[in-house]
Amino acid sequence: MGELDRQVPDGATARVAWETLTTEFPKLAEYTTVISCAVNEEYARFDRRLNDGDEVAFLPPVSGGSGDERCPDPGSRN
Amino acid sequence: MDHSITCGRQPGETSSGKDRDGAAGYTQKVPGIAETTPDRHTRGARFRITSDPLDAAATTAAVETAHCGAVSVFVGLVRDHNAGRTVIGLEYECYEPLAIKSFERIASEAEEYWPEVRLAIAHRVGSLQIGEASVAIAAASPHRAEAFAASRYAIERIKQIAPIWKREHFEGGDVWIEGATADPDNEDARRQAMARAQP
Repeated sequence: MGELDRQVPDGATARVAWETLTTEFPKLAEYTTVISCAVNEEYARFDRRLNDGDEVAFLPPVSGGSGDERCPDPGSRN
Repeated sequence: MDHSITCGRQPGETSSGKDRDGAAGYTQKVPGIAETTPDRHTRGARFRITSDPLDAAATTAAVETAHCGAVSVFVGLVRDHNAGRTVIGLEYECYEPLAIKSFERIASEAEEYWPEVRLAIAHRVGSLQIGEASVAIAAASPHRAEAFAASRYAIERIKQIAPIWKREHFEGGDVWIEGATADPDNEDARRQAMARAQP
């Protein structure tokens, strides 16, 4: 987790904030199609308009919990 | 590279690894069911992110009431292999405020399907060794069918929408494991979780 303060234009959306970051950190661009975003600690859409002081989080694909399921479906076991 | 970026105002502690609820958490000995009091059903006790070892009994105690005929407890462990690799350990990070809200959301979803079910979810962060518990889920219900189904539903939804990430350390390197793009409003994902909970 990293935290940065950045200025975006008035009325900018979360997507604009993301594009600001990918311009600054080009390696982030590979995540553009898979990230989620949250504004002020709630999930939000990328067209969400930002207000002064908003906290915007960009979230890579999540992987909490435990190991992935590997066994076949119960219905196909026999 | 940092694995997630926030910008804007500086939040309070997010993924510092410190236990969010501190003294309110269940790190002490678990009292018996008979000692159930209203303040045991606090948000802090039912939904937790902690860097301490998980205590499944405490997670269970957070949802037990006299109405329960069943509590289904799921504990996810760090396994010694993954995708053909020999795993040495896992490192979990989370965006804590949203993770707690995600757990609350999952519990609310479960209550829509099974109104009498109560869920408690605890997730560990930090470095975990093989065999240690990364997640503990307790689903309490008057009857066992709903308890089993809800605990399964919860782990599937955690993997879909909880902002938690794991880095796998294996023999020869390490890698961030990337699973689902988190989207709580994705109805297909929710249906898939339900299909696994109630085949």
